[in-house]
Amino acid sequence: MIATKNFLTPEMIAQIEALAPRYPNRRALTLPALHIVNDALRYVPLEAVIEIADVLGLAPADVQDTLSFYAFFPQDKPAGEVRAWVCRSISCALRGGEQVLEHLCQAAGIEPGGTSADGAITVEAAECLGACDFAPCMLANKDLYKNLTPETAAAFLRDVRSRVTAD
Amino acid sequence: METFQPVLLEAVGVPNGHTLASYLARGGYAPLKRLLAEKKPADVVELVKASGLRGRGGAGFSTGLKWTFLPKDHTGPIYLCINADESEPGTFNNRILMEDDPHQVIEGIILSAFATRASTAYIYLRYEYPRSWDRLQAAIDEAYAAGYLGPNIQGSGFSLDIYLHRGAAASICGEETGLIESLEGKRAWPRIKPPFPAVEGLFKQPTVVNNIETMACVAQIARRGVEWFRSIGVPADPKNPRDPGSYGPKLYCLSGHVEKPGCYEAPLGITVRELVDHFGGGVWKGRRAKAAIPGGISMGLLTEAEFDTPLDFSGPSKVGCLGLGTAAVVVLDETVSMIDFLHNSCRFFAHESCGQCTPCREGTSWSLRMLERIKQGKGRLIDLDLLLEIGNTMGMMPGSTICGLADGAAWPIKNAIKKFHGEFADFIRRTNPDGWMVTEPVPALAILGSHAS
Ligand SMILES: Cc1cc2nc3c(=O)[nH]c(=O)nc-3n(C[C@H](O)[C@H](O)[C@H](O)COP(=O)(O)O)c2cc1C
Ligand code: SF4
Ligand code: FES
Repeated sequence: MIATKNFLTPEMIAQIEALAPRYPNRRALTLPALHIVNDALRYVPLEAVIEIADVLGLAPADVQDTLSFYAFFPQDKPAGEVRAWVCRSISCALRGGEQVLEHLCQAAGIEPGGTSADGAITVEAAECLGACDFAPCMLANKDLYKNLTPETAAAFLRDVRSRVTAD
Repeated sequence: METFQPVLLEAVGVPNGHTLASYLARGGYAPLKRLLAEKKPADVVELVKASGLRGRGGAGFSTGLKWTFLPKDHTGPIYLCINADESEPGTFNNRILMEDDPHQVIEGIILSAFATRASTAYIYLRYEYPRSWDRLQAAIDEAYAAGYLGPNIQGSGFSLDIYLHRGAAASICGEETGLIESLEGKRAWPRIKPPFPAVEGLFKQPTVVNNIETMACVAQIARRGVEWFRSIGVPADPKNPRDPGSYGPKLYCLSGHVEKPGCYEAPLGITVRELVDHFGGGVWKGRRAKAAIPGGISMGLLTEAEFDTPLDFSGPSKVGCLGLGTAAVVVLDETVSMIDFLHNSCRFFAHESCGQCTPCREGTSWSLRMLERIKQGKGRLIDLDLLLEIGNTMGMMPGSTICGLADGAAWPIKNAIKKFHGEFADFIRRTNPDGWMVTEPVPALAILGSHAS
């Protein structure tokens, strides 16, 4: 038992435990626990992996093995306050999705997968977001942005920046 | 077709159509109450079997038949996993069902759990659907409060819990055993079958995996009956004893170069041309169509001349496609380069291969590298043969891989190069005038601008 935890708060642990009755074993809590930590911290550093493993009664390697498969949970540093997934799959690509992605990255001064220097935004290249009826589209945190153009993508970025510098 | 009334999409556009009150007003949950009071699980299995319902998740396997594979005398728990990972490019019908009519889905899940004797159902929902998550969770909460979920549902003695489980942006979690592994907290590596999930699935227990749209169909079969369901679609071919027919309404996702992309409900067997003209408002910008993917990118390509192929479970394979898949139709207009199309497809599969099987891991990655090379004007004609060789050798059909992702990667390659060979060859000759005929091995190029990993 690790007595004090640096990353997992009592609230996070309580959230994880609240889900435990849903599954017949604790390993099935791995993905929910990773999401709970990532939702709060915007990343899951290695130390947090060890702490999750401790809570779930697993070897840290079990949790890290699962985490590393998904390429979804950042480990080195937190993702931006807004994590924007720009679709590059076929229906979006046919309507200019790749240009939107390129434009947004350029305007934010990053490569796909990168985070802007002010920590406001991470831009990711996404595969089909299941919103091809609104191609080209983007999911930014919980919001779907539909029928994007380089102009509306630029406006979105300005909006993110003003919100982030405001608070 | 003109007179066909949407059923699965009945709630779309209805104010507050996603709420319990609206669902009840439309006759929802009444069939559930009736069946729970009057029927046994085996009767519901028979009902679904008799309807001829085939799974809507891509493989088209008979739903009722799949349920009968569960062991009869099992004493431990049986699990129902609902596949809401929906990540085949072009596909978004599950999202519409979950957002606009979540109770229809939940009623189907309760009926299916009753039929399969499952008392726990997990909905594996892709990360990218936060709105579906909220709508489903709100509907589940309403269903518990109204006594449609939880212990002793409507006094029937049958109990069911439904839990949402969030994915993490990996499309291989849509493959049913990848989904099971992911739910168990592991990397989503599809399992070698047998054993099939019905025998040993989630947490080593008998498990059924079904798609969201399949659940909506179960709810409608319970409400409207087997005769109604079988009156829609394409009957079994009497000359082919192995064709179980393609019955019922289907949600077709139409996107790409059409004026009005969207999710449209039609009887199974509608053609691409009818979809584009009747629902899609025609090809966009007054252009001509060049090709279409018939059912998600894994299914391959139809040329414009093949647009009259019926989109039922056996139609697309008659023109060399893999199958109906998810019935997601993506239209490509005359300006689209097939090299760009295939590059996009190869990049998707290189990114999504889970890496367990060498032919899939290497085949998807090398096909992407070759398309990169061709795009950069360094292609050789022999690359087309190499690509076809990759396409012919990776997948469950040639028997070299664990799951069907590799077949899905192979079909666009095979279809694009066979059906558009001239375009590929011309492009290579034009862009690589000095090297198109080279046949010696050449060094690999770094992948530029593809962000493959
Ligand atoms: C690579 C791959 C990805 C798949 N993705 C999905 C998916 O996202 N949703 C789905 O319902 N089925 C998907 N399937 C099919 C499932 O394995 C399974 O057949 C289906 O969920 C069964 O449900 P059904 O019988 O109701 O169609 C996928 C299959 C493969 C090989
Ligand atoms: S075929 Fe590809 S995706 Fe499927 S198990 Fe093998 S490597 Fe993984
Ligand atoms: S291809 Fe972009 S959302 Fe489907």
